[in-house]
Amino acid sequence: MTGLEDAALLAVVAIGSALGASALAQASWPRRSPAAAILLWQSLGLASGLAAVGTLLGLALPDSTIGLVRSVLHIGTVVRTGGLFRVRDGFGAVGAMPMIVVGMRLACLAAGLVLLASLCWVMIAASAAALAARRRQRALLTLLAHGDPKVPGALVVDYPTAAAYCLPGLRSQIVVSVGTLELLGRGELAAVLAHERAHLRERHDLVLLPFTALQRAFPKSVTCTDAYRAVALLVEMLADDRALRARPARELVSALVRFGTAAPCPAPAGALAAGQGDVAARVARLLQPVRPLPIATIVAICLVAALLVAVPITVLFV
Amino acid sequence: MDVLWETDTSLTVREVSARLTQRNLAHTTVMTVLDRLAKKGFARRERDGRAWRYRPAATRETYVTELMLTALEQTGDRTAALTRFAQSVSGPEADALRDALEVIEGSGERDDGT
Repeated sequence: MTGLEDAALLAVVAIGSALGASALAQASWPRRSPAAAILLWQSLGLASGLAAVGTLLGLALPDSTIGLVRSVLHIGTVVRTGGLFRVRDGFGAVGAMPMIVVGMRLACLAAGLVLLASLCWVMIAASAAALAARRRQRALLTLLAHGDPKVPGALVVDYPTAAAYCLPGLRSQIVVSVGTLELLGRGELAAVLAHERAHLRERHDLVLLPFTALQRAFPKSVTCTDAYRAVALLVEMLADDRALRARPARELVSALVRFGTAAPCPAPAGALAAGQGDVAARVARLLQPVRPLPIATIVAICLVAALLVAVPITVLFV
Repeated sequence: MDVLWETDTSLTVREVSARLTQRNLAHTTVMTVLDRLAKKGFARRERDGRAWRYRPAATRETYVTELMLTALEQTGDRTAALTRFAQSVSGPEADALRDALEVIEGSGERDDGT
């Protein structure tokens, strides 16, 4: 396939992924099998990023017949040996090319590389920021937190409002406020701990990080915001499911409801108005358990996810 | 830090050691810890003759607030990417949740709950 055909195929993948993301955000099946839905979200994100970069590279090298990445490396050699005005595509025909075409191709090449670099940078910056924020959290916890027999293995902070969260990483911690200890009973506290432990064990923070990064990088993008919110809720539902293996549903539901109806924290300025319906959705799902998707459907979803990512990777590298 | 927070004035290493009655810490240990706290910005110090006097950089409440608000992303900055258990809701959603709670508690009274 020539570069131009590659670009066309990847454009379809990119647009298809964007449409798929909108559809997935509004679908109701994800709450039946949150893990499968998260996998699909991850593949949509990766595929659309790779496809967008690949489309631009394909437009820059429309006559290339080998993998786009190798063509880009060849272009580098060509430019260095002074062949700019007789851009050698793929390898073979040399001829004069109108300046405007050369200009457009260079622009596409630059745009593709800039997009790739930006996406990589966004991920790296978000990871670094998260690590720094967690380091600060850990330092503060060392100063301020203490243990409590009511929540074995977790740390308690003297904060009156009900709050519970986990600090992921190599030295992970579950943190619970004094307000929580006063609000919840023994079984409910155990359910909260089980839920947070599931987050830590399965490293949901790593699952969520790319979506957090994209949403911070493109805050005005509806797709990025929807993706982040959807994955955040699915991750909570996944942790709820894991917690159910250790504690009865009643305790978890009770804990959720008490948390949800406790005195609210002041509204954050400029933050995402995080899904108000999230707590209700989780409670409803726990009270009336939904049947998980049939195995065949889950396998089909995994195949679609794999295919979505395989197409741009093949076009770029093979 | 607790010792520093409990007093209004600044303290020397010796005075801090004296107040740490429950733990038999060597003088050098206390000095090292205070030094590290100052370097990390949690304690401020000023010279008083040949000794340093230490005081906390901010109140305990300030740090607790910073810790919890950052963790719960109340500052609008979600860099830490922490997941919290649940958030508070209001209005009709809260009422619906309370109704759900009554249903659960009604059915839970029969067994030994919390």
